[in-house]
Amino acid sequence: MAIRVVVQEEPFDFGAEAEGFAAGRTDMGAVVTFTGVVRDVSGTLATMEIEHYPGMTQKALEKIATEAEARWDLGEVLVIHRYGRMGPGERIMMVATASKHRGHAFEAAEYLMDYLKSRAPFWKKESGAEGTSWVTAKDEDEDALSRW
Amino acid sequence: MDLLYFAWVRERIGLPKERYETAAATVNDLIEELRGREERYALAFSDLSALRVALDQELSEFDAPLAGVREVAFFPPMTGG
Repeated sequence: MAIRVVVQEEPFDFGAEAEGFAAGRTDMGAVVTFTGVVRDVSGTLATMEIEHYPGMTQKALEKIATEAEARWDLGEVLVIHRYGRMGPGERIMMVATASKHRGHAFEAAEYLMDYLKSRAPFWKKESGAEGTSWVTAKDEDEDALSRW
Repeated sequence: MDLLYFAWVRERIGLPKERYETAAATVNDLIEELRGREERYALAFSDLSALRVALDQELSEFDAPLAGVREVAFFPPMTGG
């Protein structure tokens, strides 16, 4: 079982990451990838700035990935999350899970996303024609954790 | 100890990090002290339901003890993903 967690400012190459993930493994029948993209909700977004807590981010993501590993039969887990400034349509983050069976891969990917949204120290700030504001956490995000 | 502030907490207080010596026993006691310092602290800590705290880079509770803690971080609920 391998966990890889990457926190970086620069864009990542989704194609290369997806291609290389669990490459060469012949015991994994299912690979799930999820990508989070900067969404322009109001049609006026210029940039999104993501702040993070450098000392804590890597550890928090590794903890979430380790918990996923304990709950599902996973062969590989990848989490990449960016910080800094990005524009609409840019990729913010991705997770990938590999398992023998798709059920485990899908569920683990959803678990990673649910926890990453409200337990990893990232904060989004949007700037555009309507000014600048911090994205507020939604109650649904917190509620989503209760299903696990 | 080091106090760290992120996102709008950092903006409201006006700095990302400061050194602070305290005898406060818990996070709640520390917050009470900070509120009394200046208006900007009182404002930042006015609604605890809008705040989260990490002690030595682990998410924690407001009634957690501070003994031995070197780094306290305050921030709003996280919005990753």
